Amino acid sequence: MGLENIIAEALPEVLTTRLDSLINWARKSSLWPATFGLACCAIEMMNATSSRNDLARFGAEVFRASPRQADVMIVSGRVSRKMAPVLRRIYDQMPEPKWVISMGACATSGGVFDNYAIVQGVDKIVPVDVYIPGCPPRPEMLIHAVMMLQDKVGNESVRDRKDIPAEEAFEAVPPGTLPSGSPKGQAEPMERPYAHASKHERRRSS
Amino acid sequence: MSNEAQPGADMPVEIVPEQVATPSPPVAALQCEHPDWIVQVIHAFGETTIVVPREHIVAACTFMKNSPELEFNFLADLSAVDRGPEEEPRFEVNYHLFSTTKLHRVRLKVLLHDDDAHVTTVTGVWRTANWHERETYDLMGIIFDGHPDLRRILMPEDSEGHPLRKDFPLRGYEPYSLT
Amino acid sequence: MSVSTTNLPPQFEIVDRPLDTQMTISMGPQHPSTHGVLRLELVLDGEMVVKTTPDIGYLHTGMEKLFEYKKYQQGIVITDRMDYLNPLGNNLAYVMAVEKLLALEIPERAQTIRVLMCELQRIASHLVWLGTHALDIGAMTVFFYCFREREKILNLIEAASGGRLTPSYFRIGGLMMDLPPGFERRVKQFTDDFSAAVDEFDSLLTGNRIFQKRTQNVGRISAEDAIDWGLSGPSLRGSGVKLDLRRASPYTGYENYDFEVPIEYDGDVWARYKVRMREMRESHKIVIQALSRLRPGSVKADAPKVVLPDREAMKTHMDALIHHFLIVAEGFDVPAGEVYQAIEASKGELGVYVKSEGGPKPARVHFRGPSFVNLSALPLMAEGAMVADIVAIIGSLDIVLGEIDR
Repeated sequence: MGLENIIAEALPEVLTTRLDSLINWARKSSLWPATFGLACCAIEMMNATSSRNDLARFGAEVFRASPRQADVMIVSGRVSRKMAPVLRRIYDQMPEPKWVISMGACATSGGVFDNYAIVQGVDKIVPVDVYIPGCPPRPEMLIHAVMMLQDKVGNESVRDRKDIPAEEAFEAVPPGTLPSGSPKGQAEPMERPYAHASKHERRRSS
Repeated sequence: MSNEAQPGADMPVEIVPEQVATPSPPVAALQCEHPDWIVQVIHAFGETTIVVPREHIVAACTFMKNSPELEFNFLADLSAVDRGPEEEPRFEVNYHLFSTTKLHRVRLKVLLHDDDAHVTTVTGVWRTANWHERETYDLMGIIFDGHPDLRRILMPEDSEGHPLRKDFPLRGYEPYSLT
Repeated sequence: MSVSTTNLPPQFEIVDRPLDTQMTISMGPQHPSTHGVLRLELVLDGEMVVKTTPDIGYLHTGMEKLFEYKKYQQGIVITDRMDYLNPLGNNLAYVMAVEKLLALEIPERAQTIRVLMCELQRIASHLVWLGTHALDIGAMTVFFYCFREREKILNLIEAASGGRLTPSYFRIGGLMMDLPPGFERRVKQFTDDFSAAVDEFDSLLTGNRIFQKRTQNVGRISAEDAIDWGLSGPSLRGSGVKLDLRRASPYTGYENYDFEVPIEYDGDVWARYKVRMREMRESHKIVIQALSRLRPGSVKADAPKVVLPDREAMKTHMDALIHHFLIVAEGFDVPAGEVYQAIEASKGELGVYVKSEGGPKPARVHFRGPSFVNLSALPLMAEGAMVADIVAIIGSLDIVLGEIDR
């Protein structure tokens, strides 16, 4: 990461296009996902990696358990409120360059579950690059999404993604996501007691 | 079906006419040993429900488990129902018992009022009640006295309110968003 | 040697005290072997587990509250997402509970197809269990073989209902629609090859000394403890209790099928493995029997106010159109009362408690998920185990977090 940036800073603009295409080719051909299977879409993700629909052909060879070794986080499944800070923390632990694929209706927008417990779309927590609809999406749709992400990666520039130094990364952490002893652990105080139902409650249900 | 009654009415023991000759074994056993434990008996949809007063529930469960002709050694489910903030009594706690040897089922029901939603734990009778009671406390707000570890199990530890109550809105109070 | 504390981030602090022999670590919620978002707080003495506390709720979806806001037939879709490895089983339990309240008679063909699909789903669920359990223990080949077989079953379920993982195939009063033409031939193709596949899994794992050493004498639970902690399904049958709800209180015509209920007596991970392997073969037998019992007939009960009419009738007859409109737009009224319906899902006793106060929406629906109860026995099973054994025990309990957290 550092080396690519150093070279990119040092070279003039016209030469970095060659560097970009080389580096992007390397990055997109070996997008290693982090294991972030949450619910039913995780089973379809497992189906996408098994022998019938083989995701490894497209470079997503190994699903790394440690987020430090992963490139893309495929959020597959519904994200509950208890899981949301964990999701954010895993995303923060991934080093740049990193991408997020939001797989399934629940990760994209809350899906069938428009209620107190589910975050209505994982893009409220992490920035998402590719959204996949479906409940659950077929494994072929996940492969198509990985290919779309590869196209997106191919159009990026090396200058876009830098490793952020530690202080900046710490400042960027949203409040309430680190353990409660630390200064970023206290969420901004919300008005309590909860006197008003949330604004989107006015819509009729079902 | 005519042999249905609304639970919660303070009526004496009700026996269905066509089953007078053979009341179901749990009802019969309870009636001869401890008739003061029964508030009401309901036979509906092929199931037997016995409404038990709150102070006798542990004794009734112990009796059901240890009595040789009943042997209800398996607590299949323990859950609560919120009838709504205007109803009195507001909460019901249902104990679904099953016997692995005699293969029969019965449901015990305890009725609780809103301002006094306490009931003694049955963790001493069946240890599986531990997590069921934690879940009932978490989602409904019913306190189980004597429970070894009564804390939230499904919702985050610092959440407020009990989601399955009828006065908790479906979409909660605040959407979760970091943006 | 002192460390300058001025440039450490504020959440770290240097503490000077002697080292503990015990450490508390958190296994999960993002972990490759916990089969979902489960967090285990392990108190470890070296590699030995002193105490383990499961922390669940990371997938809590508030499904039980959603049911109260949806009509009865809309709730079927939600049940798919609970135990997402056995969605047809969840559908069946919920649908049967409502049918009990409505006192509907289900036709013979619908019952046979229900048995057929449920047993296919049980095989699919056990294949995922086997694949992931073996993968956690280290046998990666089995994972791919199991998912290859599972693809065949998912194709069958998709042919019948349109959904691979969330079929919602059963309806209150019967099925969504009849089986497609050629379905029996495709099921027969699957059943012809399946016992060779199970023999293949056996040859990979059952005689494998590494697998045996990892699973024998690990995670023992006695029969009395199992019943006291509410275990059910293969986890209970691995401890020697012969209880299968398909035999104890038969439903959907299971009394007409000839199958054995496998039990083992050791109560460890190895015993549960053997029980589930034999269950796959027994389910295979039931599928073959169900195929031979299929007779032409209707797949929906005769209850025009509850069951949607056929599309042809709806397009040509006025009363069918009106019934269709009313059922979809307003729902049907279910008599007041409460029922508890338990079925033998692939994980154990799946119980549904439905309370109705009249009206088209339920007043309360509660699901007794077998994995919820099975997981509560984990601290007991994990006494004296090592961290690697915890992985094997979780795999043998076959938990699905969707069902635990609902």
